[in-house]
Amino acid sequence: MRAMRWLGLATTVLMTVSLYLIFVEVPTEREMGIVQRILYVHAPAAWAAYVCFVLVAVGSVAHLWRGSEHGDRVALAAGEVGVLMCTLNLVTGPIWARPIWGVWWTWDPRLTMTVIMWAIYVGYVMLRAFGRDDDGVARYAAVVGITGVLAIPVIRVSVRMLQGMHPAVTTTREGGSGMADPTMRLTLYLSGIAMVLLAAWLVMLRVRLEALHRSAAVLRRDIEYGLE
Amino acid sequence: MRAALAIFRKDLRIEWRTRESLSTLVVLSVLLVVSLAMAHDPTPTEAARLAPGILWATVIFTGVLVVQRSFLVEREHDCLATLLGAPIDPAAIYVGKALGMLVLLVAMQVVVVPLVSIMLRVPVWGVLPELAVVLGLGDLGFAGLATLFAAMTARLRVREMLLPILLLPLLTPVLIAGVKATEAVLEGGLPAAGEALGVLVAFDVIFVVAGGLLFPFVVRD
Amino acid sequence: MSEPDSGTYVVEARGLTREYAGRPVLRGVELQVAGGEVVALLGPNGAGKTTLLRVFALLLRPNAGVLRVMGLDPRREPVRARRHVGYVGHESGCYEDLTAAENLSFHADLHGVGDPVRRVTELLVWAGLKDAAHRPVRTYSRGMQQRLALARALLHAPDLLLLDEPFTGLDRAGRDLLAHLLAALAGDGHTVVLSLHDPTPVAAVVTRAAILHRGRLTWVDGGSGGDPQAVAAAYDRVVGEA
Repeated sequence: MRAMRWLGLATTVLMTVSLYLIFVEVPTEREMGIVQRILYVHAPAAWAAYVCFVLVAVGSVAHLWRGSEHGDRVALAAGEVGVLMCTLNLVTGPIWARPIWGVWWTWDPRLTMTVIMWAIYVGYVMLRAFGRDDDGVARYAAVVGITGVLAIPVIRVSVRMLQGMHPAVTTTREGGSGMADPTMRLTLYLSGIAMVLLAAWLVMLRVRLEALHRSAAVLRRDIEYGLE
Repeated sequence: MRAALAIFRKDLRIEWRTRESLSTLVVLSVLLVVSLAMAHDPTPTEAARLAPGILWATVIFTGVLVVQRSFLVEREHDCLATLLGAPIDPAAIYVGKALGMLVLLVAMQVVVVPLVSIMLRVPVWGVLPELAVVLGLGDLGFAGLATLFAAMTARLRVREMLLPILLLPLLTPVLIAGVKATEAVLEGGLPAAGEALGVLVAFDVIFVVAGGLLFPFVVRD
Repeated sequence: MSEPDSGTYVVEARGLTREYAGRPVLRGVELQVAGGEVVALLGPNGAGKTTLLRVFALLLRPNAGVLRVMGLDPRREPVRARRHVGYVGHESGCYEDLTAAENLSFHADLHGVGDPVRRVTELLVWAGLKDAAHRPVRTYSRGMQQRLALARALLHAPDLLLLDEPFTGLDRAGRDLLAHLLAALAGDGHTVVLSLHDPTPVAAVVTRAAILHRGRLTWVDGGSGGDPQAVAAAYDRVVGEA
């Protein structure tokens, strides 16, 4: 578990650095003011979420193709962490939007897509949770995890066809004004890496937890039915 | 694929005998169209603008509710075991069932489209072939994905709740592209719907292929 | 793979293990059944009889162990292996809204049975269902549904017939009729493995009996295969021990 410890350490260091940058170092953005700083969490959370969703697919494929138990645990963990990150993104978004655009929500393609992805993986996590005792649920979850990832490109294209409620605002999201300053860019990328590392670390922890959980179940079963 | 056709015919025969799925689907969709129309309470111009949305929302929502039945019939009396014990490729079950679902969706739309046309005063007669293409493409993707998931949730204990939750987010491209394509077709025929049709075709290809590949993993024990 | 020769067992299992929801159901089952044998499988409820039969019916995969049906490995050649097996479970496996004739035709279709119309009629007559053949299965009695299930399992002339507690829920007349049919099958040289609680109805045709208890198989020796007294004694010995 040395890898986990190194990862934990790296995450802590990077998160501390990026938090410092976010709250102290980085200059306040001219147009949006202090609220803009939320974007340094909002965007990285989305990136971390997508990394997790890819992990879900990879774990799922490993489980279906090779019967990998580890793959199954990774998929389960990544699903949960992915939902966490996605929720973070969906919560910080409106907090940023309200002071800036005056509205809590807009049907911006990226936001819409994030909601749909959130819904897909919430469903995944629910399937896992409610179907816990059913035989073969790992296989079913793997199928859902794989179809989720396959849907991403199609969802992205289709969501762009929506006209949205404020077409003007799409240009001023994080890509737009304010990212010219190198410190801002540095902060954004550093935060991105920090968030992804955090997600990876949480996934590792969760995988470990699940492995222990399952070992305990096997031991309990052996005791109950007699070791023969 | 002889087996797939045999399964398809068997399902049609059962459906014809009981007419349960079809009647539920038709009645539910009528109710939904009426409810949505009343909820919006549109003026004539608004109605024309809302029609594609109401049509597709109805197709998707009622479809998702009825889709489960296809595998519930196999669950009774251990019929799925008999299917799986037959010397056939499991993908044949997938194709047979998906075809059945496709037919059911088309049958439902034969009722809903005229209904929407009449109630929301949107003339569709002139663009019927084009509309049929759009609906057909949407139905294909829907059936492909829903058959895969219905097979899965039929074997879980929490099945009724979970299937719509799992299907609806994944069907959003069908909903969006279907509506956009329908709008375009009502205004200017198929060419105008280019991008949306592309999305529907892509969805169909991805999920019918994925469905066929993943289905054996869902039904094997 | 070439066709199995006459020296091959109809079904052969070594070290068969199967879990369900974390619980071990079959623990290293060993079994060889030769052609023409009628094997009775006994055991308390939950012993794993249904699971074992479903593994033989190629509906469940064992978690570990070796399984061969007519010499074929079902993991490598699932389609070929399934042709040799016919299975009658607790349920009829037939669609209750369709008629007996329609159900059998469907299965003839799935199995690619030659001259399906004649074969279906043949089996309907054999099972005593000719008159009821055009009523939906829903209207059948339990006994009739059992016989239909048996007809369905025999449609493709399998080498191995598997029956899971076929006498459950039948009245006296139904039991006698089923016993008669099974005796005829045994007489024709079919290989049958059936699970039961009481071997009496088929005692005359059973060649061997085995007891499944807590996932393990024990053969009954002494007396003829289906001798109810020998079986009862062995049963008490094996099950009573635990």
